[in-house]
Amino acid sequence: MTEQLTREPATGEVGRARRRKEDARLITGRTQWTDNIHLPGMLHVAFLRSPMAHAKILRVDTSAARGLPGVVAVYSGEDFAAEQGSLPCAWPVSDDCVIPEHPPMAVSRVRYPGEAVACVVATDRYRAADALEAIEVDYEPLPAVLDMTGALTDAAPKVHESGNKAFTWKFAGGDIDAALQDAPVVVERTYVQQRLIPSAMEPRAVVATTDGDSFTLYSATQIPHILRVMAALTTGIPEHKLRVIAPDVGGGFGSKLQVTAEEILALLITRRLGRPVKWTESRSEGNLTVHHGRDQLQRITVAADRDGRLRGLKVDLLADMGAYLMLVTPGVPVLGAFMYNAIYKMDAYDFTCTGVFTTKMPTDAYRGAGRPEATFAIERIMDELAAELGLDPLDLRRRNWIAHEEFPYTTIAGLTYDSGNYEAATAKAMELFGYEELRAEQAARREAGDPVQLGIGVSTYTEMCGLAPSRVLGALAYSAGGWEHASVRMLPTGAVEVVTGTSPHGQGHVTSWSQIVADALGVPFEAVTVLHGDTAVSHKGMDTYGSRSLVVGGVAVLRACEKVKEKARRLAAHMLEAAAEDIEFDAGSFRVKGTSAAKSIQELAFAAFAAHNLPDGFEPRLDADATFDPENFSYPHGTHLCAVEVDTETGMSKIRSYVAVDDVGNVVNPLIVEGQVHGGLAQGIAQALYEEAVYDGEGNLLTTTMADYLLPTALDLPDFITDRTETPATTNPLGVKGVGEAGTIASTPAVVNAIVDALRPYGVTDVRMPCTPERVWRAIHGSSS
Amino acid sequence: MPRITVTVDGVGYEEEVEPRLLLVHLLRDTLGKTGTPIGCDTTNCGACTVLMDGKSVKSCSVLAVQADGSEITTVEGLSANGVWHPMQRAFHEEHALQCGFCTPGMIIAAIDLVRTDPDPDDATIREGLEGNLCRCTGYCNIVRAVRRGAQEMGVNTP
Ligand code: FES
Ligand code: FES
Repeated sequence: MTEQLTREPATGEVGRARRRKEDARLITGRTQWTDNIHLPGMLHVAFLRSPMAHAKILRVDTSAARGLPGVVAVYSGEDFAAEQGSLPCAWPVSDDCVIPEHPPMAVSRVRYPGEAVACVVATDRYRAADALEAIEVDYEPLPAVLDMTGALTDAAPKVHESGNKAFTWKFAGGDIDAALQDAPVVVERTYVQQRLIPSAMEPRAVVATTDGDSFTLYSATQIPHILRVMAALTTGIPEHKLRVIAPDVGGGFGSKLQVTAEEILALLITRRLGRPVKWTESRSEGNLTVHHGRDQLQRITVAADRDGRLRGLKVDLLADMGAYLMLVTPGVPVLGAFMYNAIYKMDAYDFTCTGVFTTKMPTDAYRGAGRPEATFAIERIMDELAAELGLDPLDLRRRNWIAHEEFPYTTIAGLTYDSGNYEAATAKAMELFGYEELRAEQAARREAGDPVQLGIGVSTYTEMCGLAPSRVLGALAYSAGGWEHASVRMLPTGAVEVVTGTSPHGQGHVTSWSQIVADALGVPFEAVTVLHGDTAVSHKGMDTYGSRSLVVGGVAVLRACEKVKEKARRLAAHMLEAAAEDIEFDAGSFRVKGTSAAKSIQELAFAAFAAHNLPDGFEPRLDADATFDPENFSYPHGTHLCAVEVDTETGMSKIRSYVAVDDVGNVVNPLIVEGQVHGGLAQGIAQALYEEAVYDGEGNLLTTTMADYLLPTALDLPDFITDRTETPATTNPLGVKGVGEAGTIASTPAVVNAIVDALRPYGVTDVRMPCTPERVWRAIHGSSS
Repeated sequence: MPRITVTVDGVGYEEEVEPRLLLVHLLRDTLGKTGTPIGCDTTNCGACTVLMDGKSVKSCSVLAVQADGSEITTVEGLSANGVWHPMQRAFHEEHALQCGFCTPGMIIAAIDLVRTDPDPDDATIREGLEGNLCRCTGYCNIVRAVRRGAQEMGVNTP
């Protein structure tokens, strides 16, 4: 995509493909990853982790380890039992939701492999790791609980005393029985959302330190503000004595939207020893114990008329919670509940989800969190329905989607989509893709019996993001709100300091917020600095996840700018001896209408600082705070088309072309938007083709390294063709919609639809993800995968 | 403990090291050269890539003692007098980084790639960077950046 200038360069920063301010530091290695931090007297922590999925801890003997060189302390769960509290779950989704105690360090029982059972604190990381080998632990193995369906039977061993059911959550819109009854066409499918490992490139790391009174926690986290509240509640350290800093953070994708055992334990250890401590995760440790994503079993039924009109949709979901409920574990499938109906109109929708405990790593938010799962299931079954009816998959969608003139539209799931234009995005995508030509080629290859078949996959997705209206979160039983905060300060020299409550870790907020401020205040892009990620600097915030930062946090920045402008207008009126109503603002200048008398915002900033001549009652400051709570989610949408060549002899699938046309409303920085789409596509495609966290029959994780858990390399992914339509959101003054998760949500079904489409002549109606050559080959040859 | 001498980004060091110390830990923990990060423990990710006597190596798979007598260039040593290396500039221009964690290794690997093939096409670039994982960008912009960096290196290597 080429650089776009939507306004005059002087005032038109928004919409411009600005190169990022963040880059200079990152490309020269002057970074501040948490693991780079070195404090005087700092000690290193290493954790001993359970090799068993499920066991009683009979004895932990740390005595031999204590005497080893460099070892300062060794602790087991017993040592922390009285003070470690329970890791928080902030989303008890239903009245029947069971939230088991979740000790940061296991005391008497382990419930997933990798759970921490002891730790060594030593003078360097090598010695800490050495001493782990001297700790003896006796376990009494208990049966692993691995399969969700089995876990819900009476005979199943229990993960927790209360049993293996975490909750049931239901939603019903319309009369599903009436919709299903006598429906001319009913299609029912079961889809498996495999377990995924988020795999941010920066492993987690924590540094904790104290001066005896207050505490500082550095963490590779997406959520310094939420972490501060939760860590205070968990450890009993008073909130005002705890500062949390997220320095440079190397990606998150939801995996760092968590309050982790290691963060809490680092605080407890520094409290005990009075010395700074650091823990840096190894990748193998991370694959075991960074929360996992997805892992749902989806039974989905769709009923339609012969002409393809949807009557009803029924979804019955099992969601694997893993061994405990972490920060938003149960909320993930619930977020998905509102997205199964997608862009389609229908008479009835019924959703039931059961959360299930197993002896695996807890699941939680991973890029898209609930919406990719929902989008996959509905977009897959729409293709199945199209095949059943003999319709082109796009034609079936067209017969059911909300027409652009019908917005705002309240869906069967109760959300009000403010804007969208599915027709425009689809038309653009079809053209870029060469849809008709590829269909013709597909027909020719089928005709010729070509061993390499061509499949075309369609995904016309939408999603709800920009989390979130606080009232809605409250209604869904989430413990906190969804607002965001910003401060904008004119400094005496005319530079602008912005403090944001968002916590970027790759998204480029410093650049985008600078663009918003430059336009709003008429200051140069270069004159704006953005501070974030430190609770002592940014005192209020809700952090970064759920494609919320621009839609909520960016709008807070804009609102704060508007307040600054109103103050400046008052000051200008006073200095120019005019009425405030007669002052007009343009490109950083406050002018008396119809005259050349004017003050620049920089002059006003200095005047406010000097405070020699201010209006009565005017505080000597030109700054403002704003907290923005959105009234609705934002609903990006788009049409993704994927062409896959499947070699029917080897089962190998190769993406030949991928077109993504996304509508994320107005765009602040097209370069950053495109980057977000690219990265999202890569992760969604990886779920379709490559990635799966695998536990064996005993409950051991087999995919503990990057050699076993296959992240896509540059060789595995195609060059993406991306474009946009721009239908502004009507629910925020920037007209923006979230973009961080869209690519991931849309792409997984597009790829699998393409593979299945290629193989329909062979009677294939599904291939389980990841669609490895073996699974594809087995699907073709009729043996189960 | 063995004593080694090593030059890192133009500065000579003499250090006593444990035989098992990894080069990447020498750089990060002993010498404070934290520009080179660690992304894995199985030599899969490439985040730790540095140039050792001009050739790219994964510094997590090299022992510090093996680097004795060698010259190491990390991402911190690429720019001269505040002027970025053409490959650094290309990564910035093409928006080839998001979180930036893979970036030091990516840039170093790309420079080594261009050393062996001054005018690589997209397929060559994708193949050449197979050992460097990026979770943020989807690689498209990285491929563009390497192409651009290669062109500019041809014209203008500092
Ligand atoms: S840290 Fe060296 S390859 Fe991953
Ligand atoms: S930019 Fe984040 S891993 Fe590459």
